[in-house]
Amino acid sequence: MMERAVSPDGVIPVVNGEERTVAAGSTIGDLLRELSVSAAAVVVEHNREIVRDRSRLDSMVLATGDSVEIVHFVGGG
Amino acid sequence: MIAGATDTPFVIAGRTLRSRLMVGTGKYKSPDEMVRAIDASGAEVVTVAVRRVNLNRDTDDGVLPHLDPARYFLLSNTAGCYNAADAVRYARLARAAGFNEWVKLEVIGDQDTLLPDTAALLVATKTLVADGFVVLAYTNDDLITALRLEDAGAAAVMPLASPIGSGLGVLNPYSIRTIKHRLSVPVIVDAGVGTASDACITMEQGVDGILMNTALAAADDPVRMAHAMRLAVDAGRQAHLAGRMPRREVAVPSSPSVGMLE
Repeated sequence: MMERAVSPDGVIPVVNGEERTVAAGSTIGDLLRELSVSAAAVVVEHNREIVRDRSRLDSMVLATGDSVEIVHFVGGG
Repeated sequence: MIAGATDTPFVIAGRTLRSRLMVGTGKYKSPDEMVRAIDASGAEVVTVAVRRVNLNRDTDDGVLPHLDPARYFLLSNTAGCYNAADAVRYARLARAAGFNEWVKLEVIGDQDTLLPDTAALLVATKTLVADGFVVLAYTNDDLITALRLEDAGAAAVMPLASPIGSGLGVLNPYSIRTIKHRLSVPVIVDAGVGTASDACITMEQGVDGILMNTALAAADDPVRMAHAMRLAVDAGRQAHLAGRMPRREVAVPSSPSVGMLE
């Protein structure tokens, strides 16, 4: 993972297409909790890799520029 | 089911399905209406789409809280994907949700008609089959593409009746019938039926099932239409199994021509 110091207290991953500032050292699990999203109800893709084992979310530390996609099932044909 | 109305099981990739009618979950006015319509349809296989969680709104557009996974078999689609790589990505995201390995594979080629890009569809089918997916491939009503998809390992082939959401009914019954005659894997007509007669005529072609969404969701009364579709799919299936009478160009009386009064 690429290290890019932007601010001493925050990093800026791109979450579902939008930049979001989170505290340095935050994991994807932290991000989900901050967004009030239940990890069990979604699938997360981190830098184009699907996190198939949700237990890893709490150890995946975010960096500025990381791409995070949080998806779920919606109505469709 | 009435006596004598027995049927062979409807099996895809080793799984026996209890209904030949599959339904989508899109475009309903409310989750409650969707739930009641799906219930009335009798469907077991229910399609869903993969989309970003909306992080900026309080409303949750997720469909899973409304569908009992013990009752319904979730079939994720790749709707909205315009190339093979995107379709494969969406299929893998859906599989990671952990329900099953099935995917209703769509690779759309044109925004106006939503007709499939069959070349890209074949590429994506091969990739996903090699990756262990059960691929149900949404395609046009072209026999050669259907044969290629079967060769590529598709578990079912899903030719359209007419364009998605059009409600135009089955535009080419001959093509649908021919695809069914020639393929060994199940053929499920997907997209285009508008009302019960369309579903009945589609099933009369001998196909194994139908998938529909807008015909229910966009009806004035989706629950009643779902009930009508359930009856129509059954009626069309039974008529197919019964074998229709030959068409004639001249009348043949139904009543005796002898015994008339002088």
